[in-house]
Amino acid sequence: MDLLRFTTAGSVDDGKSTLIGRLLYDAKSIFEDQLQAMERSTERRGGTGVDLSLLTDGLQAEREQGITIDVAYRYFATPRRKFIIADTPGHEQYTRNMVTGASTANLAIVLIDARKGVLTQSRRHAYIAQLLGIPHLIAAINKMDLVDYSEAIYHTIKTEFSAFCTQLGARDVSFIPISALHGDNVVDRSAHMPWYTGDTLLNTLEGIHIQHDINLRDFRFPVQLVCSPQISGRPDFRGYMGRIESGSVRAGDEIVVLPSGHRSRIKHIVTYDGNITEACAPQSVTLTLEDHIDISRGDMIVHPENPPRSAHEFHAMLCWMSEQPLQPRGKYLIKHTTHTAKAVVQEIEHKVDINTLATGEASELKMNEIGRVLIKVQRPLVCDVYRNNRASGAFIVIDEHTNNTVAAGMIAAV
Amino acid sequence: MPARLSHLDVLESEALHIMREVAAECKNPVLLFSGGKDSIVMLRLAEKAFRPGRFPFPLMHIDTEHNFPEVIAFRDKRAAELGERLIVRSVQDSIDRGRIKLRHENESRNVMQTVTLLDAIQEFGFDACFGGARRDEEKARAKERIFSFRDEFGQWDPKNQRPELWDLYNTRVHPGEHMRVFPLSNWTEMDIWQHIAREKLAVPSIYYAHRRDVVWRGGWLPVSHLVQPREGEEVKNIMVRFRTVGDMSCTCPVESDAATAEAIILETAGSRITERGATRMDDRTSEASMELRKREGYF
Ligand SMILES: Nc1nc2c(ncn2[C@@H]2O[C@H](COP(=O)(O)OP(=O)(O)O)[C@@H](O)[C@H]2O)c(=O)[nH]1
Repeated sequence: MDLLRFTTAGSVDDGKSTLIGRLLYDAKSIFEDQLQAMERSTERRGGTGVDLSLLTDGLQAEREQGITIDVAYRYFATPRRKFIIADTPGHEQYTRNMVTGASTANLAIVLIDARKGVLTQSRRHAYIAQLLGIPHLIAAINKMDLVDYSEAIYHTIKTEFSAFCTQLGARDVSFIPISALHGDNVVDRSAHMPWYTGDTLLNTLEGIHIQHDINLRDFRFPVQLVCSPQISGRPDFRGYMGRIESGSVRAGDEIVVLPSGHRSRIKHIVTYDGNITEACAPQSVTLTLEDHIDISRGDMIVHPENPPRSAHEFHAMLCWMSEQPLQPRGKYLIKHTTHTAKAVVQEIEHKVDINTLATGEASELKMNEIGRVLIKVQRPLVCDVYRNNRASGAFIVIDEHTNNTVAAGMIAAV
Repeated sequence: MPARLSHLDVLESEALHIMREVAAECKNPVLLFSGGKDSIVMLRLAEKAFRPGRFPFPLMHIDTEHNFPEVIAFRDKRAAELGERLIVRSVQDSIDRGRIKLRHENESRNVMQTVTLLDAIQEFGFDACFGGARRDEEKARAKERIFSFRDEFGQWDPKNQRPELWDLYNTRVHPGEHMRVFPLSNWTEMDIWQHIAREKLAVPSIYYAHRRDVVWRGGWLPVSHLVQPREGEEVKNIMVRFRTVGDMSCTCPVESDAATAEAIILETAGSRITERGATRMDDRTSEASMELRKREGYF
């Protein structure tokens, strides 16, 4: 059984909560006590039966306001896969939540209300999914029951959204007509839409190939910790602990340590369960080398072929997440892989209007705005372009004074 | 290409990565070890993350003295086997020193642990505490970050959490503030039992089916010095196991014949009630009770 992480995006009232509730309910992942609590809540609010959307209501403030205010994580499993859902709200002001949910996702479900068609928000969600490099997209055309399960309406929406996704460069997009409320094509096939011959939503989630979502070609091993325990019997043990972020490695492989450029070979791949001859992303392991070279946290061990770049300066897309806008010439910390560096934003190259995707000049980036910037770092970053490698192309921006995470960054060009 | 990784392999690797980030970036971390199944899994993950070295943090238990004796015995044995330092701070101590006021003698001590925990964090100056909480346990937890920031009063502000992007964790805190770190955030009860089975981990005997005297108070409560049968209550002796091991005065077992981890996995697959719903009377008080406790600084 493997693991698929997905996020759901939709505007308020498109039916996101209902869909997740339905998916969990039909996949038999809602427990009786949760159902009873939902029944009680539904009644308290003057409804009857079970409102499936209540399952995803988390915090007191949300229950009072009846809206979702932050990212929540849900879990369910079928015999084929374990799923992690990052459930993010669709309000205008919460772009940052969608970016957060999208950052770890293999797949995004974009909900489109069949009555309303492709809205500005639907485009925005697809854009963010694409920007964050989510490999797979499902457009779920919801509330088909309210448009008489009309094939024509489905096709109009599909054609329009499909064209937009092509323009974005999205490669893997599926379309599914559903009714989250009644369950059509969510887990069970719809009796109302015989014209739809594709998979149900759950089948699609179970079947999508995700082995290639991680870059399997370029070995990247950012060193997290150096382990030299000085234990009796193994006085020389010196291991480099970390997680393989992409690619794979074998004992005996020739490697380069960056940014120093020192070369050596892998002696052992050490794990608690014994040494192994080969390991791949995303395994956490400990590497030992043939030669004693100076390596510390923040260095990266890679193969000499396809090495990453070492950059003092790079262009990046930033999604700003703080009340305090980004100022040009602003000084921040950036955390990239296991390396934290002082950085200055040299220039805001442009801002993206995420509704029209038009770019324009900007003197600052405000909360929930996305723009392209030029960043200079004090110590070079060993990095890849985000499009080629999510793990070594992503970074966060931290305000050194408040310690808050103020932006998500994706390296666009070095 | 090496063999494909299973969901457990991926969850495990994620947890190791989290633990190593804390070890590298935090000055004075601690691992909260209760002797319960989640923290037992955490200890195995810590072994996987740091062996052949020692753990770069001590273990700490906040002892309510309402614990099952089997669990305390297990706690001490496990810490000794690992050769790691175990700190114990007791709720009784906080009561004796007047830090906690009791309303009545045998009151549940789950909530009170918060005071003792925050005092201990201050006493040792811990800046990061590993906890075994999982997001599938409860609604408020479902929204909590893996690295969960606590202000100088130890409080959680659910509406003002730091965005958590990719697996780039922001561990920075000012003096007096700290992080709660949950390496098992993405694990479910099922994953925990699958891991226990795969790793052949020992757990306290009360997790497995055994005969026990219980009384019915809207759920089976184990008879002990804290729970004495009241007039008119019938004491039954039935086969039960515990799904969680908290305060003896409010932790209910479930009826079960499952005597091995494998049998529990089968039972969990068919279970129709959540772990906390089945076993924690303290969670039933109001829809928001876990959230309120967490805001105050609870685990
Ligand atoms: N008729 C119909 N109503 C739906 C469907 N899906 C959701 N709804 C309703 O739309 C409203 C908003 O749904 P909700 O799940 O709360 O939307 P969210 O804001 O995206 O989470 C609720 O009243 C739902 O019952 C559907 O497929 N058909």
